[in-house]
Amino acid sequence: MAANDNPSFEALTLNLGGEVFAIDANCVHEILDMIPQTDVPGAHPFVDRLINVRGKVVPLADLRIKFEMERTPPTIDTRIVVVEILLDDEPTVVGLLADKVYEVTTIGGASIEDTPDIGMRWRPDFIKGIGKRGQDFIVIPDIVRIFSVH
Amino acid sequence: MTGRNDPAQIFREEAADLLTELESTLLRLETRPADRDLLDTAFRALHTIKGSGSMFGFDAAAAFTHHLESAFDQMRTGKIAPNSALIGVALAAKDHIRALIESPAHADPAEGERLLALVAAQTGAAPAASPASAPDLADEAERPTTWRVRFRLAPDAVERGTNPLLLLDELSGLGDATITALTDAVPPIEELDPNRCCLAWDVTLTTTQPLAMIQDVFIFVMDDADLTIEPVAMDDRPEAPPANAPATVAQPPADVSPPPAPRADAPTLALVAEAAKPAPSAPSGQSDADAAKVAANAASSIRVPAERLDDLMDQVGELVIAHARLKQLIGGSADLQIKSVAEEIERLSNGLRDITMGIRMVPIGTLFGRFRRLVRDLSQELGKGVTLTMSGEDTELDKTMIERLNDPLVHIIRNSLDHGLETAEERVAQGKPPQGQIHLSARHAGTRVLITIRDDGRGLDRDRIRAKAEEQELIQPGAKLSDADLFQLIFHPGFSTAKTLTSLSGRGVGMDVVKRAIDSLRGAIDIASTPNRGTEITLGLPLTLAIIDGLLVRVGKGRYVIPLFAVEECVELPPGEDRRHLGRNFLNIRGALVPFIRLRESFAVSHPPDAYQKVVIISTGERRVGLVVDQVLGDHQTVIKSMSKLHADVANFSGATILGDGSVALILDIGQLVAVGQSFEPQRDAS
Repeated sequence: MAANDNPSFEALTLNLGGEVFAIDANCVHEILDMIPQTDVPGAHPFVDRLINVRGKVVPLADLRIKFEMERTPPTIDTRIVVVEILLDDEPTVVGLLADKVYEVTTIGGASIEDTPDIGMRWRPDFIKGIGKRGQDFIVIPDIVRIFSVH
Repeated sequence: MTGRNDPAQIFREEAADLLTELESTLLRLETRPADRDLLDTAFRALHTIKGSGSMFGFDAAAAFTHHLESAFDQMRTGKIAPNSALIGVALAAKDHIRALIESPAHADPAEGERLLALVAAQTGAAPAASPASAPDLADEAERPTTWRVRFRLAPDAVERGTNPLLLLDELSGLGDATITALTDAVPPIEELDPNRCCLAWDVTLTTTQPLAMIQDVFIFVMDDADLTIEPVAMDDRPEAPPANAPATVAQPPADVSPPPAPRADAPTLALVAEAAKPAPSAPSGQSDADAAKVAANAASSIRVPAERLDDLMDQVGELVIAHARLKQLIGGSADLQIKSVAEEIERLSNGLRDITMGIRMVPIGTLFGRFRRLVRDLSQELGKGVTLTMSGEDTELDKTMIERLNDPLVHIIRNSLDHGLETAEERVAQGKPPQGQIHLSARHAGTRVLITIRDDGRGLDRDRIRAKAEEQELIQPGAKLSDADLFQLIFHPGFSTAKTLTSLSGRGVGMDVVKRAIDSLRGAIDIASTPNRGTEITLGLPLTLAIIDGLLVRVGKGRYVIPLFAVEECVELPPGEDRRHLGRNFLNIRGALVPFIRLRESFAVSHPPDAYQKVVIISTGERRVGLVVDQVLGDHQTVIKSMSKLHADVANFSGATILGDGSVALILDIGQLVAVGQSFEPQRDAS
């Protein structure tokens, strides 16, 4: 696929383990401060907690596990991004931990490059593309894919 | 695709209900062929399906139903008597109607022809016309006939919502009608009860429509009304209305357009209609009372999509949680005013919760009714005479629960019929009556509903189950097992003791499915069996799937809910009983050894344990397991929230709930934990 085939989209940018990630803003429900979390014994570390989002029990996922980043304790900047994704064709609400949330911004299609096959420490199928803004690279994760191969 | 307002979909739903009603009516009719009410009910169901079917474009279904309806009409009028063979055909025809309605493209027309031929053979009529032909009898449609229609409605017909004007309008729509009101039964004005209908009508109708169309007009009132319809010769038409008829609505026969006269006259008619003492010709008390009951039911119940009830339940669940938070917040407050408001809200939310749960309750008879057909068909297929009896059909259960109980109960009943009950010869040799017995019962026991399926067959074969279990290495050879434990083995996947496979059961895929279905409903299965006396399977189920009473416990820092129905008792873990170093995890509860699970270990809790550990003894049926926890916190109204697919692989938990402080707590999966506890010892040996 040529690089300029990628459509532009509104994205929420956030920080995970020092990298900037962009998530499609259309699937974001809300952004929460840290709230009480419940451990689920025996669950995969990627989704080993549950939170209460407006009366709904929602799994809390830590994308850092999937990107083999260190699990640092929450800071004053840590947020929970509540998103809705399609899991087996069923809309599912999940919370994503973010070390810091920046802003909603437009990522131009032309600036998105396909995932390079080499030079990546992450599973290539978890990444949709790499966007560029100024001098910074923005990772566009394939959220649905990440949850599907769970 | 098909929205809630799609008329065809509405018809399908309505027809499904009617067909269900038809089936149960037919089955009852088989045992009580003389019952007029049952015949009438069956006829009405068929008639409505035919009418609505053709209205919504289900022409094939309507045409087919028409022929069946005709057969029932003959039974109603006493021309033929209902018999078992006819009802058998009618049941098969009912299935065909269902097929025609649900997937018209896939229904087999040959099957329809075959059934109609059978119906015709039973009714003694000439083979019915092809089902594709229009229901109207074409040969009668050509020549106009004049009919004299006289009818007097039941005195309370108007109160029940019948509008005589509509009937008259419909009659005049069929052809040229001369309508005369008969006022002979109208009492003097001082005795007049305006709510009663004391008028009768005499209608002379000239129409090309067949008699059936005229009868159709009165379909919903004819049970209670005096109705005579007779043909008159053309020159026999009455020249003048009866002398004592002041409120006459005469309509020129030449006027073909819809008659304005009855409508213009409506106030008069209504006024006169609202007159009077009961008409002398009251219908028989029994059917009148039944009809009144049916009418009252119809008027006071509404159909609501199940999703709306689910939404309501969700909202009530939120309210219960919100209230728990409120209660926790003001727990320490000394403000009496706030406290009294909180108590008021508690009362209201509890009331709302109970009502909402009540709305979702459906009598289990709706489910049991379906099994009459199953048992009938199976007993014929297997050549075993079986009587199905039921009790406690009015026991109420959550609607979702009822739907999800269907498949497991079908499995159990099939098993009983196929394996449990012997053939008639075997039974006689055993000194039992040749007819097998299956009894279905439901009853409340505390917050549980117990559903029992009992047969008087040969009972479970202990030796064969044991041999099979040993062969499959489920148990050690010669292991000592209680009957309850032994019988639980039949729920093991792939376990079947049947020597031969039949089309019904015996592949060993049945009982583990039953077990899983009941587990998913938070239920338990008990089996009792006596050789040659029969088997009794009891399903213990919670009343609802939405809110349960739970026991809140703490393990480390985490809080968990144990469904209260499974809790037998709480004891302290005596340090002396803690013999883990001896490779044992058993607790002596009044002489019985109960295995226990340390939830701290299962959940890999690193937090230091409390000094005094508690054991919550839980059970499913006969099997007990102790759960070691740090603290028992107390009871908790648990609104059950399901966990997402992401946690489908997590054992030990059946769901989650939200606590008073807004945090999430997990609900322990009792069935799973008991299974783990029971297998505890072998696991430890292996490790």
